[in-house]
Amino acid sequence: MGLVDRGRMPGAIEKLMNLGRSYSMWVYQWGLACCAIEMGAAFASPRYDVMRLGVIPLPASPRQADLVVVSGTVTDKMAPAVLRLYDQMPEPKYVISMGSCANCGGPYWDSYSVTKGVDQLIPVDIYVPGCPPRPEALLEGIVLLQQRIKHEDMAAKWRGETTEPLRREPIVVGGGNVA
Amino acid sequence: MTDLSERQQLSYIAGQAADARLNVELETEGMTLNIGPQHPATHGTLRIIVRLDGEQVVWAEPSCGYMHRGYEKLTEVRTYPQVTTLVNRIDWLGSFANEVPFILAAEKLMEIEAPPRAQWIRTILFELSRIANISLFLGDLGVQLGAVTPAFFAFRDREHVLNLIESVTGGRFHPNFDRIGGLKDDLPKGFVDETRRVMRKMRTYCDEIDDLLIGNEIFQARTRGVGIIPKDVALQYGLSGANLRASGVDWDLRRDQVVPMAWDDVDFKVWTHPDGDSFARCWVRLQETREATKIVDQLLDGLPAGPVMAKVPRIIKVPAGEAWVSTENPLGEMGYYVVSKGDLGPFRVKIRSASFNNISVAPWVLRGVYVPDVITILASLYFILGDIDR
Ligand code: SF4
Repeated sequence: MGLVDRGRMPGAIEKLMNLGRSYSMWVYQWGLACCAIEMGAAFASPRYDVMRLGVIPLPASPRQADLVVVSGTVTDKMAPAVLRLYDQMPEPKYVISMGSCANCGGPYWDSYSVTKGVDQLIPVDIYVPGCPPRPEALLEGIVLLQQRIKHEDMAAKWRGETTEPLRREPIVVGGGNVA
Repeated sequence: MTDLSERQQLSYIAGQAADARLNVELETEGMTLNIGPQHPATHGTLRIIVRLDGEQVVWAEPSCGYMHRGYEKLTEVRTYPQVTTLVNRIDWLGSFANEVPFILAAEKLMEIEAPPRAQWIRTILFELSRIANISLFLGDLGVQLGAVTPAFFAFRDREHVLNLIESVTGGRFHPNFDRIGGLKDDLPKGFVDETRRVMRKMRTYCDEIDDLLIGNEIFQARTRGVGIIPKDVALQYGLSGANLRASGVDWDLRRDQVVPMAWDDVDFKVWTHPDGDSFARCWVRLQETREATKIVDQLLDGLPAGPVMAKVPRIIKVPAGEAWVSTENPLGEMGYYVVSKGDLGPFRVKIRSASFNNISVAPWVLRGVYVPDVITILASLYFILGDIDR
């Protein structure tokens, strides 16, 4: 892909590749607390059936995953493990933070042992609010992420523009800002 | 070796020597294996450190605290109505069942009692959350043993129960519906018929699991005689709930103690199993789910009319005193020791959750088992991380 290296990318190819990337996402399930059950319902139950969205919820390790769903309370004891998980994932990687706890500490906002938001540790792309969010909300989060991936500029990295997840504007499900 | 020729004898001795040499060369070193903190078999974030000799566990040590959210401290800075929001989330699969003992303790201190209708609806919701909780356990059990199908069945049918709870409380599994002195609301229209229908469905689900999993030969081969907890050990470690009943102890708080709930008015069987192995624990839970659907049916038949809220002051202040109330939750005995100093919030709440005691037996029961059985035993002990670490 010499074109990409020079910072240019034919529109058609980019579209095709983004399409492919957005509909073959491997999700790593980082289920920590109550929200993990709703994530399980979204990913494993026949009623919500996440695979119809082109998402494969069963990678064997974070090294094969494109997307991680952090669902539940991140405690200070757990924080190093979350960080290590994120570092193991290959680029490009995306993070969905599911539930109030992962977003901001939720009902434990004044607890001594809870990390108030996983975004203190790793950059988050999609916030799914709720305690717990319904499985449908998580599915919407995934759809919004797919829309964002579809519009991504794959060559930006080689033009020296940063594609660091930190510079991406996060999306809040139900918050009205789309891709 | 009398009738062997000399050559045969020599070759026999040489063979023995070779074996001995091989055994020395193959001598294994101990290995420490870390399971978790994020492992599908641990229902959250339990970490278990096992020391292995070959395939066998020499010792095992659960390491808790990855899900410690500080409930006991947080209750000290919340008011009484706010505490139910928190305690919901201790055992997150049977949320409603967590609220009840706390509310009962507060009511005991205030010396009020919920009206009969509220008590009955509480019991119905309690049993519904038991069904939602254990049905997922039964499905999950299959996953631990490599059979993924039961989990799909579980998620499919659990959804009906969650819809019922949602129709009453507005929350799929964190209802926060209990109030001191009664309930927030009455049942919605059509709830009774719908619940009857769902209970029939759940009984079918139990039959399916019975066929698919509990009656399965492979399942039985992997769970029968594995992880046996004798009666006295179970009592020493303070196990409760189905884990205790599977060891042959006939003990159920629903039947054995008097609380202002509607269990006295229905008859149900307390299932026990004499074996105490993994299979017994799963079997007892399956029977309990069936029994719970029957309890709900009976409660629906005799649902009394009347208000769902007693007369309570608008601002709830609980008089000074101490109260302990525990109930038979899906996982075992769960209780709250509430100390009040007459303020808006409790002075101190000690939470006794079932899983913490249930998992404390793990080092004892895991000693000497093989690695694949570790997962089976942990799954059959059935714990929820929020319930261990609180
Ligand atoms: S956001 Fe609510 S449901 Fe989710 S993990 Fe936190 S307390 Fe549990």
